[in-house]
Amino acid sequence: MSTNERSIWEKIADQLRSKSLWMLHYCTGCGAIELPPSMTSRFDMERFGMGPMATPRQADILFITGYLSAKTLRRVIYTYEQMPEPKYVIGFGSCTLNGGIYYDSYATINRLDYYIPVDLYIAGCMPRPEALLEAFNELMRMIRKGEANGWKRYKENYEWYKQNQLRSLGEVFIHDEFHE
Amino acid sequence: MTVLRVIAVLLTGFFVGLTLEGIARKIMARVQRRYGPPWYQNFIDVFKALSKRGISHGWIFDFGILMALGGVIATLAFVPLGDLVAFPGLDNIFIIVYLFAVGALGMAMGMVGSGNPNASIGVARALTQMLGYEVPYLVAIAGVLYYYKTSSVSGLMMAQQDTWTLFKMPIGGIVAFISLLGMLGKKPFDTPIAPAEIASGPMVELSAKYMGLLMLMHTFSIFVEISLFVDIFLGISNYLTFLLKFTVVWIIATLISAVLPRFRIEQVVKFYWKVPLSLAFVQVLFVLLGWVF
Ligand code: SF4
Repeated sequence: MSTNERSIWEKIADQLRSKSLWMLHYCTGCGAIELPPSMTSRFDMERFGMGPMATPRQADILFITGYLSAKTLRRVIYTYEQMPEPKYVIGFGSCTLNGGIYYDSYATINRLDYYIPVDLYIAGCMPRPEALLEAFNELMRMIRKGEANGWKRYKENYEWYKQNQLRSLGEVFIHDEFHE
Repeated sequence: MTVLRVIAVLLTGFFVGLTLEGIARKIMARVQRRYGPPWYQNFIDVFKALSKRGISHGWIFDFGILMALGGVIATLAFVPLGDLVAFPGLDNIFIIVYLFAVGALGMAMGMVGSGNPNASIGVARALTQMLGYEVPYLVAIAGVLYYYKTSSVSGLMMAQQDTWTLFKMPIGGIVAFISLLGMLGKKPFDTPIAPAEIASGPMVELSAKYMGLLMLMHTFSIFVEISLFVDIFLGISNYLTFLLKFTVVWIIATLISAVLPRFRIEQVVKFYWKVPLSLAFVQVLFVLLGWVF
């Protein structure tokens, strides 16, 4: 596949990127409660060079913890498009995978992968911090191997993603005092 | 020779500065009983940030960032690192203080140029905080300048033949150290960048290489601020003892910041203008009365 070819420079850069991942967590789902233990003394994700970041402009990972309602999905898409490339998305919990216990809800989306490209899912409801750290290590491995290229998929299949977004949301534009 | 010395100063700033920032993160982690990142984590962070593809927010933004980095690098070139002085005879404290403002103003201009309200709030807070710590700092330094009758930084360092200024003027030293905490943006004075309130404040719109350049600027400005304190208050040093003293000051600042929460911005200014400022005046009074040990 052409998307997997990297120059030497990109390979070196990917090594560095895998060791310094800054994370923006989109914590509207209940899974967010597993993040504090993985960040603080018990599991200490900073030893992998990972850390929380307050703004999408500096984030490498967009971390979606659980269900997304149609209203929050618009914000997620905005946030994702603001992040600098290369960027990675982790879907945390069954709700991002297939809808979880909200599979028949009128207000939430079922598969996150229709709307933004997800690099890695963590299954479970809700996954433990051990699963989280395992997933981070897997993501680092994927970045080093050059397999985590969801952001390239998003650019190549932009039409398809946009169609899905429009189908579910009607319009992606956000009407409120912060976005107009 | 001058070129070589400038390069040596800048390389010291880069390597020692980034290493010490990594060590500070490690110390912070140990205080919180964590394992912590490796000491070279900040090198990885800077190079990673430079390798990403970010967006600009117009030429004011670009220019502001270049001005911030350039201003701080120019300042650093004038600061004596122990006996390593890039421009001998020109290391006047007023030159350094004025040049240092170029970097701060460049940063303010660039960040406001990004148009994000959080950035404007952060910059406003940073400038307010500057008003807070600069006044006691300069009053305390004025006492030192008056006592030694020189304003050259290496002159001030060489004048401490008998004992350190810190022991001659302990109150002034404490005031300068408290102001130093505010300059470094260490807790409790990290109000301008409060990540949980205003999304890292001035840095909110910085992506990729802009972030990398700003991290470098931050490292260099830390180097300028602590170097001034070490040169003026901590006795005569050559290059190696200078770095040793530098490390000790930096570690003490980190330890203090690891255990304290954050002030609100008006509390910062009130605090600086009540306690350190009155102490600084007391110190100046002592100097005028000749009560210097
Ligand atoms: S997967 Fe379970 S824990 Fe996670 S958001 Fe859905 S219901 Fe909540």
